Amino acid sequence: MGKFLHSFFTPLGFRRAVPQVWDGFQTNVRMMVIAELLVLVFALVVAIVRGLPGRPTFPLRALAIAYTDFFRGTPLILVAYVWGLGIPALQIAVVSNQSLVTYGIISLTLVYTAYVTEVYRAGIESVHPSQRMAARSLGLTYAQTLRHVVLPQAIRRVIPPLLNDFIGLQKDTAIITVIGVTDALAQAGFYSNDFFVYAGYTVAAVFFVILTIPFARFTDHLIKERERRERAQLV
Amino acid sequence: MNGAGEHFVRVEGLTKRFGDLVVLRSIDLTVDLHQVVCMIGASGSGKSTLLRCLNLLEQAEEGTIVVDGQTITNGPVDVNALRRKIGIVFQAFNLFPHMTVMQNITLAPRKTRGLTRAQAQTQARDLLARIGLLEKADEYPDRLSGGQQQRVAIARALAMSPTLMLLDEITSALDPQLVSEVLNLVRELANTGMTMIIATHEMSFAREIADRVCFLDEGVILEEGTPEQIFTEPREQRTREFLARIIEAGRL
Repeated sequence: MGKFLHSFFTPLGFRRAVPQVWDGFQTNVRMMVIAELLVLVFALVVAIVRGLPGRPTFPLRALAIAYTDFFRGTPLILVAYVWGLGIPALQIAVVSNQSLVTYGIISLTLVYTAYVTEVYRAGIESVHPSQRMAARSLGLTYAQTLRHVVLPQAIRRVIPPLLNDFIGLQKDTAIITVIGVTDALAQAGFYSNDFFVYAGYTVAAVFFVILTIPFARFTDHLIKERERRERAQLV
Repeated sequence: MNGAGEHFVRVEGLTKRFGDLVVLRSIDLTVDLHQVVCMIGASGSGKSTLLRCLNLLEQAEEGTIVVDGQTITNGPVDVNALRRKIGIVFQAFNLFPHMTVMQNITLAPRKTRGLTRAQAQTQARDLLARIGLLEKADEYPDRLSGGQQQRVAIARALAMSPTLMLLDEITSALDPQLVSEVLNLVRELANTGMTMIIATHEMSFAREIADRVCFLDEGVILEEGTPEQIFTEPREQRTREFLARIIEAGRL
């Protein structure tokens, strides 16, 4: 027990570990913020493509389905290896010369876009068909109906599950460490190698938790708010 | 423009199926400008489907529909342009819940008729004053009663300045005490000469407002005539039975 405490919770260990792990953690935050912004946009595009009407758009729809099926089924760590180790080895102009952080962001974006597409799609399908019918009957086009009537309602409904996926994404930035990005986890590793204590890992864990708590509480708040509104409507 | 003797709406041999189910069988119907035509008949007799075929929310399999001199059942049709001429109001209101009353009314005029926000709002305020709901302009639909929501839905349709209004059982989802406020509005529309096709279960209202009443039975217009004739001396047995049931239920 004493050995455990010494390993993970030495006060002296903390003092030195915090700045070092913080240094790496900033990389996690950077990957997370950029990937989340990209995912928000790309997933919406893929979800819209999947829902396009008519026969001529079938190839596009098929492509979108293939994409989501593939990247929802592939482990992130594998995607990260392909981008972080495989692509640079191919020595393709520009594509092979990016930083490891960039490859990390690409991997996170590819995998999480597939998840979030499904979230958006569920939201779009939850909007009652009579809403589309009402909009179309006013002479709005398909695109106008989507933009002004369907998406605003859909997106509002999916914010809680979407934030939930983002919590997953935040934690998974730590996986990108396997391709050699100097993130919080890597710094914690360096620290434990240097000082033979694991306080660095404890510090990293605390950083990740602190980052996700506001998200989790905000999600709870939104869900409660919705329940309150829906009850009010029933009265 | 309509030539002399040309009807504003002309339906010929319209047939509509959902899978094996024939919902409309060879419907013939004409409606002239400024006419009010009421469709009566049991639920499932095809009233709603007929209305939805007229603005192409449903596609008919056979037959011809001509609106304002333009054949809409085959050939290239600008669906959106057609729908701007034809307003429809639904049983379930179908207001946009994420928009205020004002936004509900101004959306389509701004996006499809190129009105500026200010122009659309001026027009919307006129309409809201007309339906007596000006003070609700900034409320969301869930803050309004059913009757108020339905009046807003009518205003939303009117904001497109349609030539023809289709009313699809617009009082069927309302509490009885809220029905009259909506019917009063429709009455006023009729007085201004609005062309309307109305599917309804409100028989006394149909009798009062209609120039012509059509009785639909299993997808067929079984009988058509003046309200006087349909309600006092129906020719068809099925019409008599239908009206007898309505009277029995105390709704005429």
